[in-house]
Amino acid sequence: MILARVVGTVVATRKDDRLMGAKLLLVRQVDPRGQDESTYMVAVDTVDAGGNDKVLIVTGSSARMASGLKDCPVDAAIVGVIDSVEVKE
Amino acid sequence: MFLAKVIGTVVASRKDEGLHGRTLLLIQPLKTDRTPSGKPLVAIDSVGAGVTEEVFYVRGREASFPFLPAEVPADAAIVGIVDQWSTA
Repeated sequence: MILARVVGTVVATRKDDRLMGAKLLLVRQVDPRGQDESTYMVAVDTVDAGGNDKVLIVTGSSARMASGLKDCPVDAAIVGVIDSVEVKE
Repeated sequence: MFLAKVIGTVVASRKDEGLHGRTLLLIQPLKTDRTPSGKPLVAIDSVGAGVTEEVFYVRGREASFPFLPAEVPADAAIVGIVDQWSTA
C-alpha cells in the first residue's frame, strides 16, 4: 500500500455501470514524512475520507478486495485514513 | 518476493473492515547490499515482524492470501523474517 493525500474530487457522469455510486477522489502520493511525491491517481473512497486527509491506498487487483468493490473495474482504493506514521531509521 | 527492512509503523483508526486488527508497517525495499531500492511502502504484517528487522514481502493480489479466509485489501504483505541472506 502507499501513503497519499487527498487533493481533490473527480466527477464523471458517464462511467462504467459498476462505478455508479462510487466516490472518486484525486490523491497525491506522499513520502512517510508527508512530503508530496509526483504521482497523482484517481482512487475510489471506501472509508469516507475528506479533503487533505492522509490516506492509505491499495493498488492493483487487490483494490477490488476493498469493501463494496468486488468485480468493479478499479485499481486504486482508499482503505484507511492515517492517524500517524512513525519512522525509526 | 522482495527483501525489505521494517522502518516504521502506520496507525489508521478509520479503515476498511478487512484491515481491522492488522498491523501496518512501513518498509523500505532493499538491494542485496542493503542499500534502499525505490520508495518506502506500507505492508501488512503476517509474521510478527518488528521495526529494524529485515523481512521479505509479497506484492499484488497474493498479499491478501496469508489472511484467508478473511478478505483483506492488501497489495503488500510481509511473509517472512530474514535470518540472513548471501549472494554467490
